[in-house]
Amino acid sequence: MNATIKTLGLAAAFGLAAAPALAQEKLKVGLLLTLSGPSAVLGQHARDGFQLAVKDLGGKLGGRDVEVIVVDDELKPDVAVTKVKGLLERDKVDFVVGPIFSNVAVATHKPIVDAKTFYISVNAGPSNLAGKSCNPYFFATSYQNDQNHEVLGKVAQDRGYKKVYLLAPNYQAGKDALAGFKRHYKGEIVEESYTPLNTLDFQSELAKIASMQPDAMFTFMPGGMGVNLVKQYRAAGLADRIPFLSAFTVDETNLPAQQDAAIGMLSGSNWAPNMDTPENKKFVAAYEAAYNAVPASYAMHAYDAALLIDAALKATGGKTDDKEAVRAAIKKAEFKSLRGDFKFGANGFPVQDFYLVKAAKRSDGKLQTEIAEKVFDDYTDAYAKECTATN
Amino acid sequence: MNATLLFVQALNGLQFGLILFLIAAGLTLVFGVMDFINLAHGVQYMVGAYLVAAFSAWTGSFGWALLLALPTALAFGLLLELLIFRHLYDRDHLDQVLATFGIILFLNQGVRFVWGAAPLSVPVPEIFSGSVEIATGLLYPVYRLAIIAAGLAVAGLLYVLVSHTRVGMLVRAGASNAAMVSALGVNIQRLFMVVFGFGAMLAGFAGAMVAPILSVEPGMGDNILILAFVVIVIGGIGSIRGAFLAALLIGLVDTVGRSFAPNLLRLILDPAAASQTGRAIAPMLIYIFMAAVLFFRPSGLFPVKR
Repeated sequence: MNATIKTLGLAAAFGLAAAPALAQEKLKVGLLLTLSGPSAVLGQHARDGFQLAVKDLGGKLGGRDVEVIVVDDELKPDVAVTKVKGLLERDKVDFVVGPIFSNVAVATHKPIVDAKTFYISVNAGPSNLAGKSCNPYFFATSYQNDQNHEVLGKVAQDRGYKKVYLLAPNYQAGKDALAGFKRHYKGEIVEESYTPLNTLDFQSELAKIASMQPDAMFTFMPGGMGVNLVKQYRAAGLADRIPFLSAFTVDETNLPAQQDAAIGMLSGSNWAPNMDTPENKKFVAAYEAAYNAVPASYAMHAYDAALLIDAALKATGGKTDDKEAVRAAIKKAEFKSLRGDFKFGANGFPVQDFYLVKAAKRSDGKLQTEIAEKVFDDYTDAYAKECTATN
Repeated sequence: MNATLLFVQALNGLQFGLILFLIAAGLTLVFGVMDFINLAHGVQYMVGAYLVAAFSAWTGSFGWALLLALPTALAFGLLLELLIFRHLYDRDHLDQVLATFGIILFLNQGVRFVWGAAPLSVPVPEIFSGSVEIATGLLYPVYRLAIIAAGLAVAGLLYVLVSHTRVGMLVRAGASNAAMVSALGVNIQRLFMVVFGFGAMLAGFAGAMVAPILSVEPGMGDNILILAFVVIVIGGIGSIRGAFLAALLIGLVDTVGRSFAPNLLRLILDPAAASQTGRAIAPMLIYIFMAAVLFFRPSGLFPVKR
């Protein structure tokens, strides 16, 4: 009896040991995204975008069956590091795709690149990872964080706005946003106002803006803050008098809640759902059919990340063992990005076009951002020249 | 800074203060009468906002949504009382904090499960959707004036209820000495339940009123809960009158301070340093104010006599 149990136990142990060996045939991709908390919707767009791409590619990347492991970083760097260790050590993933937030990217960067695993960001592009701390294992299919803000600064400068009011939440990304805006804007800044993070009522700021009468206002208010600000800005009657420039504030994650209040508001982006390429049209239609929402840029970046991995692995014949070969293949990967022109710069960040986009209502009643004009052509981020790693 | 701007900011402060009062009123009663720390009071505010969002999507009218949301918020509060809080009254404060914190996590995740993580929006009711021009170029939304009116009306109603009715008398007595009230033959359990349900409904009402101007999202009650605690501590725990005045003070200090601190500092510092320090000090003002009040009046502005 005892012997039987022992044999069974041994068999079970062997069974467990044997399972990962068999599964190694599959390509493993870890998705590290924020999927809970007030900002969860951003992570959901990225997750859905990636999974849509895998589906469109027939469940394979680079000819290999793929297993996508989704983990929630909870927007907490310490939690993210723990989850990343799980992905690296237990799941032995070949790629980590994500995250949404820069603080998560900075915290998880070292463990991932130290494990010689490729890290492909679908949104976060903190300045240090684009500049001094750039790494041959880190790539972004998104942008460097400052770039969308720079679009608005350039537009404000080109349109000859003399006085601009700046508003951002009081934390690192808010300060970076205003710094990005000021890179190309040289006019007078009547007020640089910082509200506590997660402020939801902007009425006192709006009264100040109304009394100062600037030529335009620029803001960075992601998530629920942006929903409130836009609705209150419209209700205060300011939207038609003082142009509202913003980044990460009026986008497809917030538009369903902002509704008509956001129509006509200007934003900066590297893409918009109405971008006129056959690949993009197909993507937007498929995304809407599958998830009943207009995709935001997070979904596009994640979709592109999957295309990138697919193209790179096709070039290596599906092999991931030779890291140098994989890296070379990523850098040269030939794929049709949904945004049109796309190539990697020396720091692993894209060299791409940026646009001024405008929120509009489609004929079916849904809201989306639409391209108004191209602001930067083949634009490299400001930190790339500080990157010295041989990427 | 001109007088008009000051006036507008005072209105903003008043409106913010009244919303705080609606939340703090229930919290101070529950804390004062039952000696029960209910961290989950903030999620009841969130639930009120979600209920109004759901009902207004269903009925297409904010008025109907509000009428449906209030009894539902009341029922929800009573349900929580019956299932969970009732078993915590005799436990110590740490147990209460842990259990009610658990409810926050549970309900925040719960609304995400039911309504999704993306913020919801509630349209401003048609009749209040305009704005009035207070001075040239300075528009003030009518809906915010409606919030002020509703807040003042509820404050008046509470005053009558607490000071001039039998239930109110029992509540006041309960806040002073619950054991004695019980000994005099009052069903204290039922009194607790009434107070609790009413407090939950007030918080739900506050959530419902702000739903059209703020975004309705998971976790929206967490920040406001901290302010509500500041209010009841300043006002004196258990005192409705204290909560009312403290809420208005906090609303004014926060709004006016945030708006004018940089300007005032500019009188003594150079502009760059003034705006830097002003930004840093403004969010601290209410806590500095609380510290000052507690230094001079450790049991708050209007302590309940014991």
